[in-house]
Amino acid sequence: MELMSVRNLACTRGGVAVLEAVSFSLSSGQVLLLRGPNGIGKTTLLRTLAGLQPALEGDVIAEPDAITYGAHADGLKSTLTVAENLKFWARVYGVHDIGPALTAFNLEDLQSRAAHNLSAGQKRRLGLARLLVTGRKIWALDEPTVSLDTASVALFAEAVRVHCEGGGAALIATHIDLGITADVLDLTDNKARPRDLAGFDEAFE
Amino acid sequence: MIAILIRDMRLAMRAGGGFGLGLAFFLIVVVLVPFGVGPESELLGKIAPGILWVGALLACLLSLDRIFALDFEDGSLDLLATAPVPLEGVVAMKALAHWLTTGLPLTIAAPFLAVLLHMPEAGFSWLVITLALGTPALSFIGTFGAALTVGLKRGGLLLSLLVLPLYMPTLIFGAEALRRGALGQDNLTPLLMLAGITAGVVALLPFVAAATIRINLR
Repeated sequence: MELMSVRNLACTRGGVAVLEAVSFSLSSGQVLLLRGPNGIGKTTLLRTLAGLQPALEGDVIAEPDAITYGAHADGLKSTLTVAENLKFWARVYGVHDIGPALTAFNLEDLQSRAAHNLSAGQKRRLGLARLLVTGRKIWALDEPTVSLDTASVALFAEAVRVHCEGGGAALIATHIDLGITADVLDLTDNKARPRDLAGFDEAFE
Repeated sequence: MIAILIRDMRLAMRAGGGFGLGLAFFLIVVVLVPFGVGPESELLGKIAPGILWVGALLACLLSLDRIFALDFEDGSLDLLATAPVPLEGVVAMKALAHWLTTGLPLTIAAPFLAVLLHMPEAGFSWLVITLALGTPALSFIGTFGAALTVGLKRGGLLLSLLVLPLYMPTLIFGAEALRRGALGQDNLTPLLMLAGITAGVVALLPFVAAATIRINLR
């Protein structure tokens, strides 16, 4: 089943076109890795798909509320505990049980620890555990493995595998090998040609 | 949406959360004014409504930049914007949380501090009424200002400059309703104006603020 189809998408960052003619489709069970040099626009593409910024041109066809976005920042509150942080996102997404998410990322023993006492890798794991309580089908992840050790990367890969087996899909911008079967979308050739955006930016209209 | 309200309240109560900051500032202003003005109870009683309202307004202003800046820095705002809760609801809840942690404590504490300013006794109930009617407007206008400056590093100064003119009508009608009330005069007109401003602001500004955040997140 096709979850998302992207046709001829062009995105901008800071008023400059960075990507163009991006086309792909994502079906359930599929993992798509975004590759490309720094600055090519992987983050921009993910933010556009997540609906945080409008596309310059092209279409994104997906069910409403199908995507959850995992950014560089984890969105954790340092004065709340691990369980409180996760429970908050669970309630926002209307999920009640945070147990499976804690188990999947081995956070059970840290539940009552305040987030500012966590290590960088533990914070990341908590940020990734949020994905499990969203119940969304498509995970759009931006460098999810930063500051994770090998064991935690394995936990993450396992979570992605389970998610995809359950009919979900993942779109991951990453540079490392996750050890899961995945398709690769190389964005190097989609670098946008310089174009005049003066007529586009509504702030200047 | 209740989850967002509870989270914001909890964050405000925890260490470094800013709860009590506005209240402490209000307390300091009201305690210092009699020392500055001198021991003339008649004069103090006359200026008390204005001082109390200006103090409450500045105390509200103090914690505005925290409303979105912290969520923007740690990435929560991006995640909230993509969550199934409408951003308008998020904004309204954050404004409400701001009011519950600053406006409401100010309203409750004000009558006790009014004693220090020799405010006429008739004014005590009006003080609570005008602050209860007016401070929600301060929180919602401030939330809109915070939405405008989200993403700006050290946007506090700009935020104050943007928000202060918008606070003027609330201050004028709030202080006037209180002054007339304290003197036992008819204050229905300024009171209705104050209530009208608050109602309009609470109804409209969450939509404006949400649209502003969407643009700022791009």
